[in-house]
Amino acid sequence: MEALKQELKEKIIAVLNLEDITPADIANDAPLFGEGLSLDSIDALELIVLLDKDYGIKLTDPKEGKAIFQSIDTMADYVTTHRTK
Amino acid sequence: METKKRIAVSEKIYTGPANIITPLGFSTDGNFNKLLSGESAISRHENSWMPHPYFASVIDEVLLDKAFADVSADANFTKLEKMMILALQPAVAQSGSGLNKKTAFILSTTKGNITALEQHDVEKATLHQLAKTIAGFFKFQSEPIVISNACVSGIMAMSVAKRLMQSGMYDDAFVVAGDLVSEFVLSGFNSFQAMSDAPCKPYSKNRTGVTLGEAAAAVYLTKEKTKASAEILGDGSINDANHISGPSRTGEGLFLSVESALKEANISSEKIGFISAHGTATPFNDEMEAIAFNRLSLGQIPLHSLKGYYGHTLGASGLLEAVIGIEAMNRGKLIASAGFDEIGVSENINVIAQNADADIDYFLKTASGFGGCNTAVVFGKVI
Amino acid sequence: MGTSLYIENYCIIESGKILLDGVEVFSSDADSFADFSKEALRHFTIQYPKFFKMDHLSKLAFLGSELLLKDLSGKENTALLFANASSSLDTDINYQSSISDKENYFPSPAVFVYTLPNICLGEISIRHQLKTENSFFIFGAFNPEFMFGYAENLIQTQKAQRVLCGWTELLGDEYKAFLYVVSKDGKIAHTIENLKALYEN
Repeated sequence: MEALKQELKEKIIAVLNLEDITPADIANDAPLFGEGLSLDSIDALELIVLLDKDYGIKLTDPKEGKAIFQSIDTMADYVTTHRTK
Repeated sequence: METKKRIAVSEKIYTGPANIITPLGFSTDGNFNKLLSGESAISRHENSWMPHPYFASVIDEVLLDKAFADVSADANFTKLEKMMILALQPAVAQSGSGLNKKTAFILSTTKGNITALEQHDVEKATLHQLAKTIAGFFKFQSEPIVISNACVSGIMAMSVAKRLMQSGMYDDAFVVAGDLVSEFVLSGFNSFQAMSDAPCKPYSKNRTGVTLGEAAAAVYLTKEKTKASAEILGDGSINDANHISGPSRTGEGLFLSVESALKEANISSEKIGFISAHGTATPFNDEMEAIAFNRLSLGQIPLHSLKGYYGHTLGASGLLEAVIGIEAMNRGKLIASAGFDEIGVSENINVIAQNADADIDYFLKTASGFGGCNTAVVFGKVI
Repeated sequence: MGTSLYIENYCIIESGKILLDGVEVFSSDADSFADFSKEALRHFTIQYPKFFKMDHLSKLAFLGSELLLKDLSGKENTALLFANASSSLDTDINYQSSISDKENYFPSPAVFVYTLPNICLGEISIRHQLKTENSFFIFGAFNPEFMFGYAENLIQTQKAQRVLCGWTELLGDEYKAFLYVVSKDGKIAHTIENLKALYEN
């Protein structure tokens, strides 16, 4: 699980072009949206593409993303139970 | 070289001969009559462009080629070029324009011949090249002006033409707008999770997003009243300065654009006979428009979106909808907003549910798009 | 003849160099536009994380506008009038490649949004909170006659007090930007001849 969390942080930083941010800057339970990384609606859509591309998870309703992308913890939980690759 | 200034803000600019090319027909009259009978061009499609079936409003290429054969035997034009030429052809023929260097040619599109990139033909995908091709067909003499300003492009083109004519740079202008349904735009809107899984339903409670469409529209702009179909009274194109893909939650840019257009037109909001709004049927766009129109005290003015008939034709939509708006004003018709059932925005707006007759002296055309852009134009009856 | 409007300041970005009012303020040996723009951002100590999410055209337009607008006071009613030759083709090509392989088909919304040239105007508007007139045009080459006429019209009809004009051409690692502010203040007269001369530098 810790390895997956580290992997998710690295992927998020790369995919969302978060310059000057390292995995160590992202706490597992910190909110990804709102304050903190100040991600926006396009970032949320990009994370949906990431789930599809790297873990074979298809989200068709962007609203589902809200709960899944709350934090690295919630994202890792979701990936673990739903991944197809 | 004209560096001399000529300020003639009060000079009247009119729309003249126009034409539209859509799946509902290749003439303004034909299209308008289909709208009155409630016909929609949106249908279900299933092909390699999308991983699943989708709805879109698409022009039949066999019919297009047949119509095109009447104006040219040259087969070396793309689908979009044929649409644009067919749109312009009657406008040029009826204009009586001298087509000299003081005749502006303005082309508006978002993606032009983008499908040329599938064959890695970057030159063909260049928008200036598209404009040169169309200008060459009609032997326009002035340097083509291309506007690519997302979904406001079509109506912005008309506003720009008016401004250029008022400033004395040009005597008259041809404006053409067009865009296609392609794998490029379908996949993009789909990646935004913005596509409706049924024909789009602007302003309705159960709306789920956009239906894409393709069309071309052309309008001649003139200072001569004898050729006029409507007067362009005022316009504004103001940015939200809020987000590059999401519309402003307060409708700020649209509010300011309409305010600017009304101020220039010098008419009060209650004189507007109807609003031809943007109405893409995404949850955020329609809500934003409702907020902006209420801030402008336009909540009671009859309003429609034509996206339920034609889908969202991107860079063509603003000009296509303006041409229909002018026709509606002159015929005294309020066209129902197709796909509308139960109101689904938080502020009161007066969505036209049934076709109706009305005396219309003025109407407002608005559009909003990616990049936070908005355009509003006020049209008036020629009296 | 003559004009009452002026070019308040101007900026050129080309071949690894940035010139402000004719004076070189930054140069870099970076081979790619990506590296060049990043170095420039660091050099001018511009803190703006969103910069790294932009496509190249927006980065080019952003850098030029940043240098011209940052010290300008009373810039609220500054319109944006931009043009180039290649529209958003640089990003269009990038996006097209993401959908051309059906085995590896993952269209990116963050790329798709930049397949419109006017997105760079949105980026500048957000950065400087400009709720103002804005429009993006495409010509075969820099068109000083058009830029002059349209900017004059915006100010004379009181649609704007100032106009930030920009020719922002970019395709691959070839780029040239010429941005300038037109207003009632300045030393260089706003004329077609002066625009040509400054563009050619």
